[in-house]
Amino acid sequence: MDGSTAGGLISETWWPLAMILVAGWFATDVWRWLGVFAGGKLREDGELLIWVRCVATALVAGVISKLILFPQGVLAETPLWLRVAAAGFGFASFFVARQRVFVGVLAAEVFLVAGWLLLDRMAS
Amino acid sequence: MSIPAFILTAAFVGYAGLARESGLTLVETLAMTGFVWALPSIVVLTGAISSGMGMLPAGIAVALASVRLMPMTMALMPLIKVPGKTRTWQLLIASHFVAVTAWVFAMKHLPDMPREGRLPFFLGFGGAVTSFVFCMTGVSYLLVETMPGMVAGALFLLTPVYFLCSLWGASRLNADRAAMVAGLVLGPVFFIYLPGLDLLWTGLVGGTIAYLGTRIMRRGLS
Repeated sequence: MDGSTAGGLISETWWPLAMILVAGWFATDVWRWLGVFAGGKLREDGELLIWVRCVATALVAGVISKLILFPQGVLAETPLWLRVAAAGFGFASFFVARQRVFVGVLAAEVFLVAGWLLLDRMAS
Repeated sequence: MSIPAFILTAAFVGYAGLARESGLTLVETLAMTGFVWALPSIVVLTGAISSGMGMLPAGIAVALASVRLMPMTMALMPLIKVPGKTRTWQLLIASHFVAVTAWVFAMKHLPDMPREGRLPFFLGFGGAVTSFVFCMTGVSYLLVETMPGMVAGALFLLTPVYFLCSLWGASRLNADRAAMVAGLVLGPVFFIYLPGLDLLWTGLVGGTIAYLGTRIMRRGLS
């Protein structure tokens, strides 16, 4: 992040923190508080709530594929196909292991590192 | 250490790497961990801050990513409440610890406990997991730089794969799973053609398509 826009040092320090409090803390906890007050009044299988959950799920899924396809930092040095294959291998292992998240994550990591080491070896 | 705490710690260690790469400071990273305490929302907010998104669109994107906390909290409340005795403010404090991993654990184990002990247990469990993960996030933020590149790179992959698996595990209806597939496909498309507000569009368009599609399958065109 390059915060060299108007405002200088003070806003560079405080803007992210204000973002965290308003767009992060409030935007998240407001749902938890609503959940406390609504506890039991709203039907969990209601059509509106199904749609809301769909929107939320699609949004988070969008984050997932962005992180895999357009990563930041060192991971961006790996070829796209390796990242997609590692994630796919992890997801498949997750199913084979009867939906154990731990197995899926571990399998993806092993696949990625093994592939990465292999590519490094071939390049040198 | 329990399995949920372990998975969650690993996920946040991965997040610490992501936060550092996105240019967040240690204080910002820890503030997000403590105040927001829901990894999907934290990752959305990190992306919003690093791409210079305004407060309102960022707030909407984060709020959309955390909508599911509301039905989760609603489902938990009848379990931890002692009718006529538990105060609302106690529940409001407890609600902050509602997040996917801790919630799944609580829903599974609380019913086996005596009713009076559930709220204290949930507060203690939530507080302990949050503090532990908070410290580990700070430590790994500081350590990421000294790690070999490959280890750090592998850590960045941890977050998306963890989400991929746990989001599927948390889905209950076909609509949820369809929405997940739609989001995976549309996310990069909107990122390329509508950068900035891409997550909002991914959620709204992908979620609505998934909802309408599965609704027609469930009950026809009525």
